[in-house]
Amino acid sequence: MSALALPYLAILRARFALMLQYRAAALAGFATQCWWGVIKIMVLAAFYAGHPQQPITLAQAITYTWLGQGLLALMPWNADPEIAEAVESGNVAYERLRPVDTHSLWFMRAIAQKAAGTALRIVPMFIAAAVLLPLVGLGAWSWRMPATPQAAALFAVSITLALLLSAATVVLLNIAVTALKTRRAASVAASIVNPLSGMIIPLALAPAWAQGFLFWQPFAGLVDIPDRIYFGNLAGAVALQGIAAQILWVALFILAGRFWLALVWARVDTQGS
Amino acid sequence: MGEFAMFLRYVRNCLRAQMLYPTAFLLRMTTQFTVTIVEFAGLWALFARFGHIKGWTFPEIALFYGVASTAFSLVDMSTRGFDMFGPQFVKTGDFDRVLLRPRPATTQLVGFEFGFTSLGRLAQGLVALGVAVALLHVDWTTAKAALLLWAIAGGTALFAGLLVLQATLAFWTVESLEIVNTLTYGGVEAAQYPLDIYAGWFRKFLIFIVPLGCVVYFPVAALLGRSAMTGLPAWIGAVSPLAGFAFLGVAFLAWGRGIAHYTSTGS
Repeated sequence: MSALALPYLAILRARFALMLQYRAAALAGFATQCWWGVIKIMVLAAFYAGHPQQPITLAQAITYTWLGQGLLALMPWNADPEIAEAVESGNVAYERLRPVDTHSLWFMRAIAQKAAGTALRIVPMFIAAAVLLPLVGLGAWSWRMPATPQAAALFAVSITLALLLSAATVVLLNIAVTALKTRRAASVAASIVNPLSGMIIPLALAPAWAQGFLFWQPFAGLVDIPDRIYFGNLAGAVALQGIAAQILWVALFILAGRFWLALVWARVDTQGS
Repeated sequence: MGEFAMFLRYVRNCLRAQMLYPTAFLLRMTTQFTVTIVEFAGLWALFARFGHIKGWTFPEIALFYGVASTAFSLVDMSTRGFDMFGPQFVKTGDFDRVLLRPRPATTQLVGFEFGFTSLGRLAQGLVALGVAVALLHVDWTTAKAALLLWAIAGGTALFAGLLVLQATLAFWTVESLEIVNTLTYGGVEAAQYPLDIYAGWFRKFLIFIVPLGCVVYFPVAALLGRSAMTGLPAWIGAVSPLAGFAFLGVAFLAWGRGIAHYTSTGS
């Protein structure tokens, strides 16, 4: 292990351990997500009852909904709260002074936070929706297994890229907050990320004329692409295209973040206190 | 000074405080509007693909949606004190001071922080109502308009009751119980659709336990002339919003028990 990587791995481990402390909050979040999942699924089932011929089947839409609820904590809705606080108190100057690369440090923090938060939610969600529901005879409403072993393997790759994409977005929000000196700078994120990631409705159910745009815009890589790979709606070459789109956006977001942060760090002024 | 004048003074002070940062104020309000309006747009997209949901059309659903969302935003605006009751008042011991002042605790908690941000959600609810009224072919009479307002009033009472119950639980748990959010935010989500699309157990829950169906579903279905879908006569829709007020009454009874039980954390 290169000594250069050590500080970044240390922050990754420390943040992960910290996030696992919030078990009560995770439990409440889990209950909320189950409830929402149940409502969303009943609504989708009612829509499908009239017109079952759709780009994705009802069973796939149900799996999509459970997976989406499990991935809720992955959504980059806000800047890192501690960075936002540091910006508002002026302590962000310390971030500037640390003898490490700030972008990499913030990126690692974001990865740890998103990975721990998501792991805490997706595991109980999987147990409830994929294991318990079929056991009590509600298999029709359950979270199905991946379509094929290949789909499962590609999903593993795609969901990892979704994590990187989310973390890269969080760093962009951190920089926006630093540049504008208020955490409100990040508050527009939710209204863009929610619809474009597929969190509100599966993107495949959006109007046909929007499909090309929806597939290639950055936030499909957060939920929609990994989900559709999971249940085999994107397979073979198209699945690889989806993964390529994810890699492209992760790279672009990191590059843009590094470039922007260099500009901001060159002339940052902090709030004094 | 009467309680209402007192309340208005609270609101004025709060508005003045929030307007010290006008940009942040506008940004928060706009954000809430866009976050909630894209959800409404998502609903439209589903109708564009599926055409109808168990026989209900988009303008009809927009009316359910608008009533639920409007009622919730009115409550969200004026109950921050109850929403934050656990962490802000019980845990800190600040509720002692509230009890010492010669004013009802309710007035003080309602005035604690007026959530003007929720004007964003209110705007979304009004857009949904506007879309429904513009697209529906309803012969609007005074009675129908009154029924619509009556449904919104019942919904407001019901959501307020949920918030009061959430605060009451904090007397025992100290922490705020986020689990209640499943009934408030989750309740708005559920009440945005007619109950006949749901499974039986869920429908019963929304009629008899948390009577969202009584304040939104029955009156709006009656207004649309589609009471047949509910399986009950239309006049039910005119009286059922009372359930919201009954719920609020029960919530305040529990709240009274909570205050009697209150012992300060001593911090």
